Amino acid sequence: MKFANNAAPHWRGAESVPVLMRQVLYALVPALIGLVWFFGSGIILNILVAAVVALGCEALVLRIRKRPVGLFISDYSALVTAVLLAMSLPPLTPWWVTATGTVFAIVFAKHLYGGLGHNVFNPAMAGYAVLLVSFPEDMAAWPLPRGVAPDQQALSLLTVLQYWATGAMPIDVSVDAFTAATPLNSVKGQLGMMRTMQEIVGGPLFGNIAGRGWEWINTATALGGGWLLYRRIIRWQIPTAMLIGLLVPALVLYIVDPATHPSPAFHLLSGGTMLGVFFIATDPVSAAASNRGRLIYGLGIGIITYVVRNWGAYPDGIAFAVLLMNLAVPLIDRYTRPRIYGHGT
Amino acid sequence: MNEFRQIFLDGLWRNNPGLTQMLGICPLLAVSNTLINGLSLGIATSLVLIATSALVSLTRRWLFFELRLPMFVLIIASLVTVVELLFQAFFYELYLGLGIFVPLIVTNCLILGRAEVFASHRAWLPSAADGLAQGAGFTLVLVVLGGLREIIGRGSLLHGADMLFGRGAAALEITILPGNNGLLMVLLPPGAFLSLALLVALKNHLTGLQTARQTSKALLHADAEAAG
Repeated sequence: MKFANNAAPHWRGAESVPVLMRQVLYALVPALIGLVWFFGSGIILNILVAAVVALGCEALVLRIRKRPVGLFISDYSALVTAVLLAMSLPPLTPWWVTATGTVFAIVFAKHLYGGLGHNVFNPAMAGYAVLLVSFPEDMAAWPLPRGVAPDQQALSLLTVLQYWATGAMPIDVSVDAFTAATPLNSVKGQLGMMRTMQEIVGGPLFGNIAGRGWEWINTATALGGGWLLYRRIIRWQIPTAMLIGLLVPALVLYIVDPATHPSPAFHLLSGGTMLGVFFIATDPVSAAASNRGRLIYGLGIGIITYVVRNWGAYPDGIAFAVLLMNLAVPLIDRYTRPRIYGHGT
Repeated sequence: MNEFRQIFLDGLWRNNPGLTQMLGICPLLAVSNTLINGLSLGIATSLVLIATSALVSLTRRWLFFELRLPMFVLIIASLVTVVELLFQAFFYELYLGLGIFVPLIVTNCLILGRAEVFASHRAWLPSAADGLAQGAGFTLVLVVLGGLREIIGRGSLLHGADMLFGRGAAALEITILPGNNGLLMVLLPPGAFLSLALLVALKNHLTGLQTARQTSKALLHADAEAAG
């Protein structure tokens, strides 16, 4: 009989990568329902494309790298990356845009850095940033939310499929009629035209607090995030610090000049705030390692997000904030290394 | 003749300036957005490189060792001025398109590097050959990188050929994706870094394969000798 004499720890927790990743996927369900309800089923097409491409790339690269394909492909990590990326994209996205982003996320951002556990950058956000830079028009075209005519209810499934497959609507339908700037984008554009916040939020795109639809989608996303916190799959440090980093500057500037700065509540519930706070910034691989480091990391993401939203060229800044703080992680880890017992501070 | 074979093998592949020595990366990344841009800068750099290497080699016995670097830079700067004026006279559109990167050939560390490493202690003919080989290697990388980035980034090939080969050459442009809409990122600076990194990875991979083949051949040879 052969006894395996492994190194400590001999007692392991029940969590393994596939279990954790599956829970993350479950937690995304409320957000997905919200997105589909307000913006139509195009998001499902995005997820299908991203999932197929991600699993295909993962299998291919694992084979090239001579790693066990079955083991890594069934750990759901590629699927989580694909779903996070697909849920950040507008529902009316031609398939090649989604596919390009996914290929970049899996092959470049994940595997060229050494695969799961070694990637410096959050793969989903690296893919998203590439798309934002490469296809600015496709990435800005969000359909009108449910309740604002003409919303996607007026689009037949066939039209959506045609746009998805060819990037063009039938001749009698104009894609511009069905899409509009997101609330974040609209706020940025209209503030640039010297309009005040009071005038802007009266528009049809805006609901009670943030954008129509967006406030509910963000609430649903936060619900899933809360469940992840409750299950202790993510820790509280990064979400809390990121919210502080985003909301404190927002509050200060809102108090100073409410006419030209959206309220903290608007920042809290618009764009990808909640997806970023609970699902993207908390990626354990590319985040800081220690609890103190996680606070700094989250704070940095929040502040940079606010800076990009307020003064940057792009409407939302979560992807860039996450990537920039990913770069800062080695430095943060170096200065927040816990004291080794018996050594000086 | 074997010496020249070694020089050209070094310049074009083994010790390629762009892929192995990593010299002159700044213009390499900045100008390689189309094949024609890459080719033109490659030619300009090669001209300067050949002339510099030959001149440095010819004047090396009169140069003070302590003052050699300023002297090299003086020689390079004069030659770059000549090449710049030639471009201005004969390829004016290209001169405008390449902008600051033609005068910046002065600061290309590849040229200074070859002058210091090779030309300052070799005869003029091998030095000129080294300049030609290294220049050709640099141009090769610029052309490959420029071509790849042009195809992926804007869906065309040989755009602007008329600037280099005269008006009739405009017909040479090949459109691969209509409407010039490729993956825009590849044309931007991050795409330049990524594409160059992929080329370097490919080169390292091929070199690794070659080394492995040579090692196994040598082992077989040794085995055969031991057996015999």
